[in-house]
Amino acid sequence: MSDLLKVTIDGNSIEVPPGTTIMQAARQLGGKYPPAMCYYEPLKNTGGKCRVCLVKVAQTSEANPRPMPKLVASCITRVEQGMVVENETSKEVLDARNGVVEFLLINHPLDCPVCDQAGECDLQNLSYEHGHEQTRYEEGRREFERIDIGPYVQLHMTRCILCYRCVYAADQLTGQRVHGVLNRGDVSEIGTYIQQSIENEFSGNIIDVCPVGALTDKTYRFKQRVWFSKPFDAHRNCDKCCGKVVLWMKGDTIIRVTARKNEFGEVTDFICNNCRFEHKQAADWTIEGPRVIDPESVIGANKYELPVVSPAVNVDAKFVSE
Amino acid sequence: MATKILLEHVGVEGIRAIDTYLAHGGYRSVGKALKEMSSDQLVEEVKTAGLRGRGGAGFPTGMKWSFLDKKSENPRYLVCNADESEPGTFKDRYLMERIPHLLIEGMITASYALGANTSYIYVRGEMMPVIRLLEKAIAEAYAKGYLGKNILGSGYNLDLYVQPGGGAYICGEETALLESLEGKRGNPRNKPPFPAVSGLYGCPTVINNVETIASVPWIVNNGGAAYASIGIGKSTGTKLISACGNIRQPGVYEIELGLPVEEFLYSDVYCGGIAEGRELKAVVPGGSSVPILPKELILKTAAGEPRLMSYESLAEGGFVSGSMLGSGGFIVFDDRACIVRNLWNFTRFYHHESCGQCSPCREGTGWMAKVLHRIEHGHGKMSDIDLLVDVAKHIEGKTICPLGDAAAWPVGSAIRHFRDEFEAHVKNPDSCLAKHLHGAYAHAASIM
Ligand SMILES: Cc1cc2nc3c(=O)[nH]c(=O)nc-3n(C[C@H](O)[C@H](O)[C@H](O)COP(=O)(O)O)c2cc1C
Ligand code: SF4
Ligand code: FES
Repeated sequence: MSDLLKVTIDGNSIEVPPGTTIMQAARQLGGKYPPAMCYYEPLKNTGGKCRVCLVKVAQTSEANPRPMPKLVASCITRVEQGMVVENETSKEVLDARNGVVEFLLINHPLDCPVCDQAGECDLQNLSYEHGHEQTRYEEGRREFERIDIGPYVQLHMTRCILCYRCVYAADQLTGQRVHGVLNRGDVSEIGTYIQQSIENEFSGNIIDVCPVGALTDKTYRFKQRVWFSKPFDAHRNCDKCCGKVVLWMKGDTIIRVTARKNEFGEVTDFICNNCRFEHKQAADWTIEGPRVIDPESVIGANKYELPVVSPAVNVDAKFVSE
Repeated sequence: MATKILLEHVGVEGIRAIDTYLAHGGYRSVGKALKEMSSDQLVEEVKTAGLRGRGGAGFPTGMKWSFLDKKSENPRYLVCNADESEPGTFKDRYLMERIPHLLIEGMITASYALGANTSYIYVRGEMMPVIRLLEKAIAEAYAKGYLGKNILGSGYNLDLYVQPGGGAYICGEETALLESLEGKRGNPRNKPPFPAVSGLYGCPTVINNVETIASVPWIVNNGGAAYASIGIGKSTGTKLISACGNIRQPGVYEIELGLPVEEFLYSDVYCGGIAEGRELKAVVPGGSSVPILPKELILKTAAGEPRLMSYESLAEGGFVSGSMLGSGGFIVFDDRACIVRNLWNFTRFYHHESCGQCSPCREGTGWMAKVLHRIEHGHGKMSDIDLLVDVAKHIEGKTICPLGDAAAWPVGSAIRHFRDEFEAHVKNPDSCLAKHLHGAYAHAASIM
């Protein structure tokens, strides 16, 4: 079809409709697409902030074969006809990305051993690939007090990388925007202004969109390292949300409920607080089967088997056999 | 005598009042533009003039105006950027304080050229007296029929508002300014879309600096060709330079572009030379964000040509041996100035003013400020110097808005030209020229 645009990323070409970003095209191509710490496709206006997704545009378009003067954020830059992009193949890109990861880490507490996010932390994963072994940063790190925002969520601002995802999530998923960014620069903080709590039926989703351990589930705090728990896809009939979740089990006990993330680590079907926080009995759910986990991931390292189905757990045979 | 386009009447007593301003030929351009010229003709005239943006980037104003999406169904806006907050730059305030009606007159003709019926002047919030002066001038202009409905019977309507800024340097960045004007947190936007397509409230918008807009009346009255005949090459017309540092006559000067730097620095008409019989050491010629140049490179280019006050000449040699005209904030350092301390001070500023949206600027500016604080106070290591260069490199060109570049350039250039001074601070902290100041800003470390 003639109105598709051809873009070449690291030597592989794909045709995409106008309006597609470099990041989206790269994800469709598969292989090594640029990482993202702030962009979150299901949430409008995200992206452009963290700069880990910078890529080099070696040829702007067929009509304009010049390179773009600076590296561009692939998550917000649209593809043009005949564009040529370098991601993993550009030294300049990898150097810039290492620089950004270093910046994200200098004020990050590196308290992974006591962080609930460890094992499913985007920053942890990113620094495995792009981090330095030793830090060049000798100065003091920024610290904030932990605050409880509402009955379910704890904000540990010290770990926040200011991706703004939770702000957009709160803005777009919930009726009333209850939090935003206060202050400026490296003392900016996610805040509810006068410590109002975040209380609405979809507020729990800010936990899932947080790429690090800044927003955590208070009902799950320190229950279990994530790689020791066993995730199952499950659903229930819910009149507020899709009711499709992941149950994180320790033996027969549900220790945590989250929304389901796709292959890019993004939730597309957000869930309500009722499903997330108030249904921790196995009998509340229809279990579809073990969640497929990327074998490369930290959680995947702990290969688990089908659960010993206790009578209380209601396994949907159709899902198990698949 | 050099041509005066902006400051010709600043010395006239009572020029802030509309009657005096009118008696000196004020508001002539409004009549001429609205009655004799089409908006397209006006845009062409500004193109012919070769006027370039005076806010720092020097982008051709006529071209910017012609990018405005005139096909859009939405209203169009002109926004004047009067947020002036760059250290060393204080020319817009001077102009607005001394001759506020010149800006109002420029806003009317420029708004007409763009087909805007609502325009804003976004003024740095700390400049309350200026805000009051502008509001008074606007009220006078409404009373005389230069603003409002059917201006001078031409059928053209314009409402003009003054908006005090929120007190942040970042709100001078044009898209942060628009966010702030819309009542939001002043975070710069990702571009594209550019304001010419989607600016204020998503409508086509032009943002221009105070001095840029104030140059328009003269262009309308005298023609673009006359304006283009002043200056040198692509640096046409006159430019306000705010000169500060240890010079005999600090202040705001209107120069014809192309004036030799040496003449500007040493002539009694301008800076009058270095004060207290000291020697020149270095100059930051265009506001705190542009590269610093040592004495040898500010008076002459690397090729030995005299350096001129023009966009091209100051940039001659790129960042290896040149700098930028920027916003015209001319900061002079004498032989007693400590380059390390000054750099720490600039960096501290950018750290404090970063909006915090993008990681390289949010984290990198603070890192550089802390390392510089250490070096300046005698706790530096040799490796810190290259670390600073590397951190600056990882910020430059990787951010959403140019504040990141503005923070990185001074670091790169100070180390490029004065590396020995940084090394001396590491080897022998007592050699610091500003050692006597070391206790003075003890609190600064605690707020970083
Ligand atoms: C951090 C930052 C601060 C700025 N502050 C100002 C300012 O105070 N005044 C100004 O006119 N331009 C400022 N600019 C430049 C504006 O973004 C914009 O380029 C300018 O207002 C355009 O006007 P001009 O074309 O007439 O120069 C700033 C840019 C940045 C990145
Ligand atoms: S470069 Fe700095 S000021 Fe500009 S958007 Fe990024 S964090 Fe904000
Ligand atoms: S993912 Fe593109 S800038 Fe953050």
